[in-house]
Amino acid sequence: MTKIELTVDGAAVSDDVEPRMLLVQYLREKLGKTGTVVGCDTSNCGACTVHLDGTSVKSCNVLAVQANGRTVTTIEGLADAAEGELHPVQEAFRECHGLQCGFCTPGMIMQAVDLLAENPDPTEEEVRLGMEGNLCRCTGYHNIVKSVLHAAEGAKS
Amino acid sequence: MTATQDRPAAEIGKDRRRKEDQRLITGRTRWTDNITLPGMLHLAMVRSPFAHATITSIDVEAAKASPNVVAVLSGKDFGDELGVCINAWPITPDQKTPAHSPMPADRVAFAGEVVAVVVARSAAEARDAAELVDVEYEELPAVVGIKKALEDQVLAHPDLGTNKSALWVFDSSEAGTGGDVEAAIAEARTNGIVIEREYRQQRLIPAFMEPRSVVVDPTGEQITMWSATQIPHILRFALAATTGVPESKIRVIAPDVGGGFGGKLQTTPEEWIAWAVARRLSKPVKYTETRSESLLAAHHGRDQVQMLTLAADKDGKVTGFKVHLDADLGAYIAIVGGGVPVLGAFMFNAIYKFPSYRFECQTVLTNTTFTDAYRGAGRPEATYAVERLMDELAAEVGVDPLEIRERNWITHEEFPFTTVAGLEYDSGNYEAATAKAKESFGYDALRAEQKERRERGDRVQLGIGVSTFTEMCGLAPSRVLGSLDYGAGGWEHASVRMLATGKVEIVTGASAHGQGHETAFSQIVADRLGVPFEDVEVLHGDTQIAHKGLDTYGSRSLVVGGEALVRAVDKVIEKAKHLAAHLLEANADDLDYTAGRFSVRGTDQGVTIQELSTAAFAAHNYPEDMEPSLDADATYDPVNFNYPHGTHLCAMEVDTETGAVKMRKYTCCDDIGVIINPLIVAGQVHGGLVQGIAQALWEEAVHDEAGTLVSGSFVDYLLPTSADTISFDVVHTDEPSVCTTNTLGTKGVGEAGTIASTPAVVNAVVDAVRHLGVHDIQMPCTPERVWRAIHANDGDAPTPEAAMPHFEEGALNQDEGAGQ
Repeated sequence: MTKIELTVDGAAVSDDVEPRMLLVQYLREKLGKTGTVVGCDTSNCGACTVHLDGTSVKSCNVLAVQANGRTVTTIEGLADAAEGELHPVQEAFRECHGLQCGFCTPGMIMQAVDLLAENPDPTEEEVRLGMEGNLCRCTGYHNIVKSVLHAAEGAKS
Repeated sequence: MTATQDRPAAEIGKDRRRKEDQRLITGRTRWTDNITLPGMLHLAMVRSPFAHATITSIDVEAAKASPNVVAVLSGKDFGDELGVCINAWPITPDQKTPAHSPMPADRVAFAGEVVAVVVARSAAEARDAAELVDVEYEELPAVVGIKKALEDQVLAHPDLGTNKSALWVFDSSEAGTGGDVEAAIAEARTNGIVIEREYRQQRLIPAFMEPRSVVVDPTGEQITMWSATQIPHILRFALAATTGVPESKIRVIAPDVGGGFGGKLQTTPEEWIAWAVARRLSKPVKYTETRSESLLAAHHGRDQVQMLTLAADKDGKVTGFKVHLDADLGAYIAIVGGGVPVLGAFMFNAIYKFPSYRFECQTVLTNTTFTDAYRGAGRPEATYAVERLMDELAAEVGVDPLEIRERNWITHEEFPFTTVAGLEYDSGNYEAATAKAKESFGYDALRAEQKERRERGDRVQLGIGVSTFTEMCGLAPSRVLGSLDYGAGGWEHASVRMLATGKVEIVTGASAHGQGHETAFSQIVADRLGVPFEDVEVLHGDTQIAHKGLDTYGSRSLVVGGEALVRAVDKVIEKAKHLAAHLLEANADDLDYTAGRFSVRGTDQGVTIQELSTAAFAAHNYPEDMEPSLDADATYDPVNFNYPHGTHLCAMEVDTETGAVKMRKYTCCDDIGVIINPLIVAGQVHGGLVQGIAQALWEEAVHDEAGTLVSGSFVDYLLPTSADTISFDVVHTDEPSVCTTNTLGTKGVGEAGTIASTPAVVNAVVDAVRHLGVHDIQMPCTPERVWRAIHANDGDAPTPEAAMPHFEEGALNQDEGAGQ
């Protein structure tokens, strides 16, 4: 077991974890952060995307011990949901019907937030390339792309 | 009909944002894998690496000694309480159906079949220990692929004596719905056109994003199963029917379910194993599959060889259609496995006036993952065949593909129209959908560009693909299902509960897993009952709440479940009217019901539905001939399928030097009757399109000769990404062809995009290179296949002639020259 201390969604947490434990397992099983989900075993689907020190990572591809001393933000910490707040990208996904079953959605939103942080005014092509690492089976991506562009547009005004 | 029809609809047709989304976008979700119960144990499956083998021994000692392992169990540790996996649709009385144990003790029939289960305190420990289970196998020869299976040299199940499971036949001359197809073909061979083709419907994997997961809690009076399923009600029935537990002691819950597309229309070995283990140990258990397990062992879809003969006169007017399918069921006949290709039987004739038709479907067993429903289920396969052939016929006659369709389709004046397959299409307007699609697509301009590029000999050629599809959906009239030997009905149930505070709970037997029922059904109730959209709560997916239902598949939820809801609401209004008349001391005939309020005609007297709900709850003053309740139930059995249709147009660019294909534009004009929520409809169309496009261009489940799935991860099974796809042009006809067999006039839309798009894309790819001598490219149209198709004819090699009869050995058009 290895002791780790990190900040997750604004709260300091500390646990003894197996060195092999993945960050996504730590989030789900130890912290109950079940908003972040596992969709594949091969880091293809991106459903588990979170932010590590402000940058999107696939949390199935990061060991929990690698997050020691760092800051993790999940879909649950993106905005103060208890206060009824939504991040503009969350709002854009709802507004543009960018989700159906919703399983890929936390990862999509986290990736979109990162994409827009790097490139606040992307073209459709840039959105499509920037979201390529996240799979969705319901929407055909049409409305996901629209959601990201809508969020970018909203940020300009 | 009720008075609500007198006022304009406020909610129906509105692009309401979804009620479901707030939880889903904030991560406040209830996926089955999120559920943790006190004392819960975790399961890991030990799966056969061999496609066909006898199990000679299973040594579990090392696994049992692994940390925190509670039990290791195999098939021989269980008796009848393990139950069996059922086939609910034996398509013929003499169908050969292999016994399907959830965990066989003696022999495995596909790679990935479960042979043992490890139970441990954590999922990781269970998986560690599963590696330590030592299973000795004696490998048996495996049969892989339809053609090999038909030879009956190697048998998937030796005790059956054959791989041929069932032959299902429909013939229009026998059914009295049309003429003799052999006579039509004979006539066309001398005086007309005969087109013979063999098309391959490759095997696909539904690949829902949420892996399957099941939790079983045996600690209550009812044993509760949470499962990532489309069919909680059917699951409950099947558990009761096969495991000896009374149905009344079973509660099944489908919590948030992350997509299905038919892939979760199954009662699975893993569910049955979890059920048996939980009962054995008297502890809650959870099993969540890995993605690799999902791709390996969750059911696959499609997988047919289609042999097609289309007869037409010299002008391209069709005279007959003969279809022979060979369909791969995999190792077992899944819950509706054999029925899926049979659903296609009624759709090969599509929107066209074929005077004669014959359909045969031979199902075969192989040592591969079992197959079952995948979005469209039988109808995409049929639509692909007929829409590809209409393009071939157009090429043969030398006219535009839309022109050949127009010569053959049912015109809008001819509805209702009884087809050669015996269905009555109630409404449609193929001319209007086509005109609208053409205009939006810019058809003439793209044809002009195609011509220009051809003349210029451009390296990148442009192709335009057409698909004028229809489908039968809204499964299904129970009597029709009975006549097809399906094991259940096709009705749906709904309840409306009027709460004391004036809020409304509705309960539906449909079981949403991403479709947006909570939003769309709220809109229907809000309009019809005259209550605020926000005041309607939709409950579903738990057999203790929604005690009756037949779940969600086959584009049925709105057209069947929604109609049940309408009828329950109408009953509530009738009851409320009686109470209102009593309270207002008026004659019921003098009451008008508008926007949730009964008013006495010609006065300002009135009472709202909310006030009536409260009055019924208090029950201080109500008529003697009624119960103090406004609640109502309805069970609706549809009288017909419904028949959405549309015209899909696709432009593909094909690089003739590399074989690479690129989608340039995709327009679809779907006529789905009255639209409840255009936002949700567009989402269903977009997602459906990409699944159909993915069959045309990318996806294929491949087993090697030994029966190992070689596309067993998302690295190898090519799901499209946002970078592979484009934004779509989705339009609808200005005046929809309203469905005449339900109150709202709606038609199903869940599968339309998938059914229509596959042939549109392949037609476009072939159209781009037809002038180079190509008339077919097998799906998925990979760059290699496209390149080979283009270059097969280099050096003026003879083109395999499209119209030649070729069903003799070695004369198929699916030869190397056609782009294998």
